Amino acid sequence: MTTYIIRRLLWLVPVLLFVALITFILMHNAPGGPWDRDPSARQVDARTQELLNDKFGLNKPLFFNLEGGNPFDSQFFNYIINAVQGDLGPSYRQRGRNVEEILFEAPKNEAFWQSKFGYSARLGLLALAMAAGFGIPLGVIAALRRNSLVDNLALFISTIGISVPSFVVGIFVIIVFAGMLDILTIIQKDWSSPTAWIAPAIILGFSTFAYITRLTRSTMLEVMGQDYVRTARAKGIKERTIIVRHMLRNALIPVATIMGPALAGLVTGSFIIETMFSFPGMGREYVRSIGNRDYSMIMGTTLLFALLVVVANLLVDVIYGFLDPRIQVK
Amino acid sequence: MTTASSASARRNLQKVADHTEQLLARPPRSFWRDGWGRLLKNKAAVVSAVTILLLILIAIFAPQLAPHNPLQLNSGKGFLPPVWVTNSATGKAGEAAFLLGTDNLGRDVLSRVIYGARVSLVVGLIPTSIVLAIGILVGLLSGYVGGAVDNLLMRFTDIIYAFPDLLFFIIVMTALRQTWLGQMLNGLLLLFAALALVNWVGVARLVRGQVLSFKEQEFVIASQMIGATTWRIMVRHILPNSLGPIIVSAAFMVPGAIITEAVLGYLGLGLRPATDPTDIFLTSWGSLLLEGQSAINNQPWLLLSPAICVAVVVLSFNFLGDGLRDAFDPRLRDK
Repeated sequence: MTTYIIRRLLWLVPVLLFVALITFILMHNAPGGPWDRDPSARQVDARTQELLNDKFGLNKPLFFNLEGGNPFDSQFFNYIINAVQGDLGPSYRQRGRNVEEILFEAPKNEAFWQSKFGYSARLGLLALAMAAGFGIPLGVIAALRRNSLVDNLALFISTIGISVPSFVVGIFVIIVFAGMLDILTIIQKDWSSPTAWIAPAIILGFSTFAYITRLTRSTMLEVMGQDYVRTARAKGIKERTIIVRHMLRNALIPVATIMGPALAGLVTGSFIIETMFSFPGMGREYVRSIGNRDYSMIMGTTLLFALLVVVANLLVDVIYGFLDPRIQVK
Repeated sequence: MTTASSASARRNLQKVADHTEQLLARPPRSFWRDGWGRLLKNKAAVVSAVTILLLILIAIFAPQLAPHNPLQLNSGKGFLPPVWVTNSATGKAGEAAFLLGTDNLGRDVLSRVIYGARVSLVVGLIPTSIVLAIGILVGLLSGYVGGAVDNLLMRFTDIIYAFPDLLFFIIVMTALRQTWLGQMLNGLLLLFAALALVNWVGVARLVRGQVLSFKEQEFVIASQMIGATTWRIMVRHILPNSLGPIIVSAAFMVPGAIITEAVLGYLGLGLRPATDPTDIFLTSWGSLLLEGQSAINNQPWLLLSPAICVAVVVLSFNFLGDGLRDAFDPRLRDK
């Protein structure tokens, strides 16, 4: 088990390096440099540009420094070395601020969870909590009353939730609840009140809720036919105890393992919902940096997202081994 | 006594033989024919298939069907509501000439939505075909030949899986937008390339798994013994057997691509706005969503029409995919 985890952790290094490499190459080919506000017009004079390039090391070769000295003294490797130490470089548009400051630093005198990352993480957690909190019971009930009205309703809702993309759901919700019924405020000024979070969290978590419902239902159905459930019934155990102790414990193993990737997906995939609701999180910052062509921001955020995804996937594989002894990790 | 029982035994034997003969007299039903029958019994899948066919027809005959030129500006007729709305927030009433209303520049929403179907369908279908071609080829090679190709594929898959899809598309679309590739077909070609690059790995992996499960089976060993070439075994024996799951995965890939286009369009990274009315791809549902977003409170119809279209097309492909899976994926037969 330990060697397995170590091997997986080591494998993360080349994967992330490659993600960084692809991002770096693409970003470097993008038009416009860091020193001009409008990509088509030069606004900083040549001499100043030279000095700035010198200061930030942008006149160094891209990948390998072949002019003698350290061959790794290049833009790409310097970026990687800095990124490993937690320095994602200066933002091209928000002058004087580093990318990691924009993402992780809360406004003055406030806790860490007031930062952009904190906001997105909290929204993702809330969405996941709601998805699991409603999805698991619904899935269990649907499985216990197979082919009943509840079951068909659950299947219908989950099919819609899985197929229709969250931003289309968001558009419908906003038009109906904010436009027609007028019971929802889209542009929140104040995110400290918990009620403001409900609508974005529901929309963000809807497809995850649908997926969890479906998964719970199908694993429950599978478990219900197992021999040990029949044995438990034969022993005369109360139906309630059978459901909770015998069925649910086994049926929830696959559900538990998708939580990690689901959370990573919710945190990284929230940019449309955040933009829609003007939510002050990482996703909206990302969309804004796309519009501004703030390449260092785009690159830094992408790396962070990729890190979240690979770590979540690794956690799943490890947890799976613990939860289900039948799975042998190699 | 003995003769009587042997006579009844003979009669029974005769019955069995008759029954067998009857069974054999029925024409043999192939796997495809079987699956086709199952698919036709699935109402949701049939309705979806008809919807998709209709959308394809609409996309092809867009110039004939659209009541107006989607780029034509009608001054003074901006923000008209749909025809059934008589008192909108703007104080205007709908006009019969503009069934679904008009946008801020007075362009007909219905015509724009009709033309938008072209982009969505093309984005859904073309990259998927490219993906299938590459994925099947690499998957067959990797599974049957193995070795270095196999290793390389698996490592490449790990990297692609680590890259959040949408972020990759966003980066590609931002970085390469100004290049020649980004300019071709209003930027559609770049989107095709990005979609294909990410998705082919999934198909390759699926095919590889299929090949590995068939490789040791008797019918493959038999054809090896007869002396069939590797190519022939792959194309004639292994590929037809794994076609079911491949088709199913393709059906689910299409809505994914359509959603991607809509999201990118919504972020302003999709299709470039066309100015030449002779272009084939004038606008997309994603771009329409972006345009509608600015007026969400007073002119919800601008957002509603493309949003409903995206929902319908995505749902249709998903239902069709579900139906195909139930009909053609032998792994699910017993469940």
